[in-house]
Amino acid sequence: MKPRILMATTGRILRQLRHDRRTIALLVVVPAALLTLVYFMYVDQPTPPGQPTTFDRIALVMLGIFPFVIMFLVTSIAMLRERTSGTLERLLTTPLGKLDLLFGYGIAFGLAAAVQATVAAAVAYWVFDLDTAGSFGLVIGIAVIDAVLGVALGLLCSAFARTEFQAVQFLPVVVVPQLLLCGLFVARDQMAGWLQALSDAFPLSYAIEALQEVGTHAEPTGRMWRDVAVVLGAVVVALVLAAATLRRRSG
Amino acid sequence: MDHAIAVRDLDVDRGGRRVLDGISCRVPRGTVTGLLGPSGSGKTTFMRAVVGVQVISDGTVTVLGQPAGTPALRHRVGYLTQAPSVYADLTVRENARYFAALYGRGRVEADRAISDVGLAEAAGQLVATLSGGQRSRASLACALVGEPELVILDEPTVGQDPVLRADLWARFHAMAAAGTTLLVSSHVMDEAARCDRLLLIRQGRLIADDSPAAIRAAAGVDDLDEAFLRLIRASETRRATTGPEGS
Repeated sequence: MKPRILMATTGRILRQLRHDRRTIALLVVVPAALLTLVYFMYVDQPTPPGQPTTFDRIALVMLGIFPFVIMFLVTSIAMLRERTSGTLERLLTTPLGKLDLLFGYGIAFGLAAAVQATVAAAVAYWVFDLDTAGSFGLVIGIAVIDAVLGVALGLLCSAFARTEFQAVQFLPVVVVPQLLLCGLFVARDQMAGWLQALSDAFPLSYAIEALQEVGTHAEPTGRMWRDVAVVLGAVVVALVLAAATLRRRSG
Repeated sequence: MDHAIAVRDLDVDRGGRRVLDGISCRVPRGTVTGLLGPSGSGKTTFMRAVVGVQVISDGTVTVLGQPAGTPALRHRVGYLTQAPSVYADLTVRENARYFAALYGRGRVEADRAISDVGLAEAAGQLVATLSGGQRSRASLACALVGEPELVILDEPTVGQDPVLRADLWARFHAMAAAGTTLLVSSHVMDEAARCDRLLLIRQGRLIADDSPAAIRAAAGVDDLDEAFLRLIRASETRRATTGPEGS
């Protein structure tokens, strides 16, 4: 990796995003709008004494899930466009390193996710009175890491798609199982053993657990740091695997 | 090392079919070499082999003294693909600046590459809004912006206005005079006449490798189109009499 090329690539991807006003609007507005729906779904639900409200529990998890899902989709389509437009083949004939390109996507969409997560979290905390024991900053930090996980998995999956049709099919294959088993619908320790094993193998489970730790503890816990480390490790593994799928020479 | 490209016994197979068959040739430095041949003859595959992005079956391709595709060559070789490969959602200037940055060049070089291809007026325009010809010139600017020693151009002048086409060819010759080597594919014969040397490929085989004047003289006609036709007929007769293994 060369810092100059990595920075140029990150800047190029952000410039492409800047020219696409509608995508920016969707990125910023959609998570906040969905949180509004979640708020009104649960506003009249009774809360058992001493427990966090259902909205607090679900909105916190959603702040991690939205950036993950959205960035997975955006990235897999963006990378597929690099392949189909011929720009990827061209880039690979230049001094650009494969990791310059992949980390460029990670950083650029990670920055976009930071804006997205800040707006969504601001709406959750100040409009809908989301209550967490831990800090606002930690929630945003973990949401950005979740987004980068989505970017890394999107980059990896786009290698296995020839068309946009195929690329969007990876959402139900790669993303939905992680959503189902991350502990949002059924607590992880109440699942059958084999489901727990699957859940343990999915990086999103750790991302969600980290958010839940922030929700219930005033100070960052060791478990939260371990979870963050696991997610970052998964990001690096996915990016390295994605680099291995980029071939400079083809038939 | 006075050859920019040296190819020996190059075979390429794609999808179980032989696309390039026993090609050997040399391209001298500081020249404009035309790569001629009908669509499907193997021109693009040959160029890809020179750039080092094509898996080859046999033979060697040496570029600027190193095996094609060597990492160090990525700084020294510029490649224009046939389909314009630039970012449609960026402006011409943003595209040129990005590719300039990859080669360690700056804004000055980017602006010069844009004006060299006659796009200075459209520099601030999104590539998606350009005409086909402008888009392929934007792509050309990105291939030239790194000031490479060897430039591989796959049909750079298709769909261009005749005046612009003449300008681009003048530009190519000025680059060659300054020491750059250019390999330019085309299927237009009036462009062949502008080259210092010509490589004629048909059905994956090299039929001619000479200067336009020598090719005219060998065929005994003044018209290059007619000269190529005669060379093709002669090579077919030779293959028919010496059998499929002959060359």
